[in-house]
Amino acid sequence: MTSLPANPSPVKLGLVIDLDICVGCHACAVSCKEWNSGGHMAPLTDLDPYGPNPLGVWFNRVHSFEAGDGLDGRTVHFPRSCLHCETPACVEVCPTGASYKRAEDGIVLIDEALCIGCKLCSWACPYGAREYDDDVGVMKKCTLCIDRIYNENIAEAERVPACVSTCPVGARHFGDLGDPGSAISRLVEARDGYDLMPEQGCRPVNKYLPPRPRKREAGCTGAVPLPTEPAAATGFLGWVDRMLSR
Amino acid sequence: MHPALSVILFTTLSGAGYGLVALMGGLAAAGRLPPDPWLAGVGLGLGSIAIAAGLIASTFHLGRPERAWRAFSQWRSSWLSREGVLSLLTFLPILALAYGAVIEHDMAGPWAIAGVATALLAVATVYCTAMIYRSLKPIAHWHNGWVAPGYLLFAAMSGALWLNAILLGFGEADRLIGAFALLSTAAAAAVKLGYWRHIDGTAGESSAESATGLGRFGAVRLLEAPHTGENYLMREMGFRIARKHAAKLRRVALLAGFAAPALLTILAMLLPPIGAIPAAVLAALSAMLGLLVERWLFFAEAKHAVTLYYGAARA
Repeated sequence: MTSLPANPSPVKLGLVIDLDICVGCHACAVSCKEWNSGGHMAPLTDLDPYGPNPLGVWFNRVHSFEAGDGLDGRTVHFPRSCLHCETPACVEVCPTGASYKRAEDGIVLIDEALCIGCKLCSWACPYGAREYDDDVGVMKKCTLCIDRIYNENIAEAERVPACVSTCPVGARHFGDLGDPGSAISRLVEARDGYDLMPEQGCRPVNKYLPPRPRKREAGCTGAVPLPTEPAAATGFLGWVDRMLSR
Repeated sequence: MHPALSVILFTTLSGAGYGLVALMGGLAAAGRLPPDPWLAGVGLGLGSIAIAAGLIASTFHLGRPERAWRAFSQWRSSWLSREGVLSLLTFLPILALAYGAVIEHDMAGPWAIAGVATALLAVATVYCTAMIYRSLKPIAHWHNGWVAPGYLLFAAMSGALWLNAILLGFGEADRLIGAFALLSTAAAAAVKLGYWRHIDGTAGESSAESATGLGRFGAVRLLEAPHTGENYLMREMGFRIARKHAAKLRRVALLAGFAAPALLTILAMLLPPIGAIPAAVLAALSAMLGLLVERWLFFAEAKHAVTLYYGAARA
């Protein structure tokens, strides 16, 4: 089970996150929490939710980073969730077979009934995709909303992960990254999408699109430029102007 | 990494237990273990108790200990599963060897094979324990060549110190075992010093820049964490220890774990039994204390790549 699928299908479902567009509103994280609190991996337990030290399981967390300094510096909002890697270290370390990668679409899941809560998968994942649920004693992780994307009981337009459907600025995309012709793959190609920590060797499926180069000057808005000097007056006012200028 | 007491107890206790039974198995097969059934019973019994106590302790950190048996299923891919399978398998030759030595008063022939099997399986189990950590790439302090030799030598050393004390207690002092205890202690100390030198000199392959892919704009620093409170990742993977405390604890580990046991073992070689026995027992106890500190540090000092998303610069 925890060996990777021997004959994986070419389908690699995943997310593409556009760091140029993300405004850091955390709506994806909240929507994810809401959907998954009743979804495949439910509950997403919160301990002490209204007390001084709330602690809870989230599949999606939005970090904000500063990169560079001065005029070239950028502030980038950075949603972080499971990358559904092609060679997920979290799956192979699992001693019970609870962690698995689906052969048909590459989604990495946990069978909660088999999980012993040893937490080794969370140690093996460099991206912090797996969180331990203290209440239930098992690991939890992003399911890529497997209970939405194949769900025939909801409208077809809604058959995308909750984070994607809720993003108010369209910074999140869902699709088949294994098909080079898919819209999402072409987006990655056009925008130089990249892997996080490729040196860790997990080969993430999810891609991040970098912030676009900054424009130093505002572009043309179509308005006629205002004159820097007032135009010379004519007629009666011109005669007054000439008289006073003597 | 968060130093969980259950895992620290497991790796140190069962390490010593496997070291002890491996040496006894090897000596029995070589015909060098004294034929005293009481000695064999006490030695293999203590070793088995240490192993079992460690294994039981290890289940305390599980969220669902009642499902622990499921961990025996994935030996094809998981070092943790392999460790689980081998840890139980090792009990079979231990029992066979104990039966031969204690009941049949015989350690030759098939019982010698049980001795060899005990030694091989015990070494393999400790190796699997080490590989659980060694194989984790996100933790650069574990993903290096010092870890597996370290675990094997710490097991050999603590096992040899206990065996030395047991042999002395039964009036069967063996210079070879005393010398082996000294030698493995020196080798273990050397590997630990080498390990510390290595981790002090390595910052890890990943950085905040590679974790976010934003290095193209310059140095990356965390502006805002995703939440104001803590989370599981920060508690489990973001454990931090002050450098000055680590330095002090390293000295404690060196003194209690290696220096004191070596000196006491030499003392035990020189003194008559009345002084040699307490010296050898003290050597073994001191080594266990030192190894507990060493193992605590092994976790506490290890940095995980996920900390890069929470303000760390390199990991």
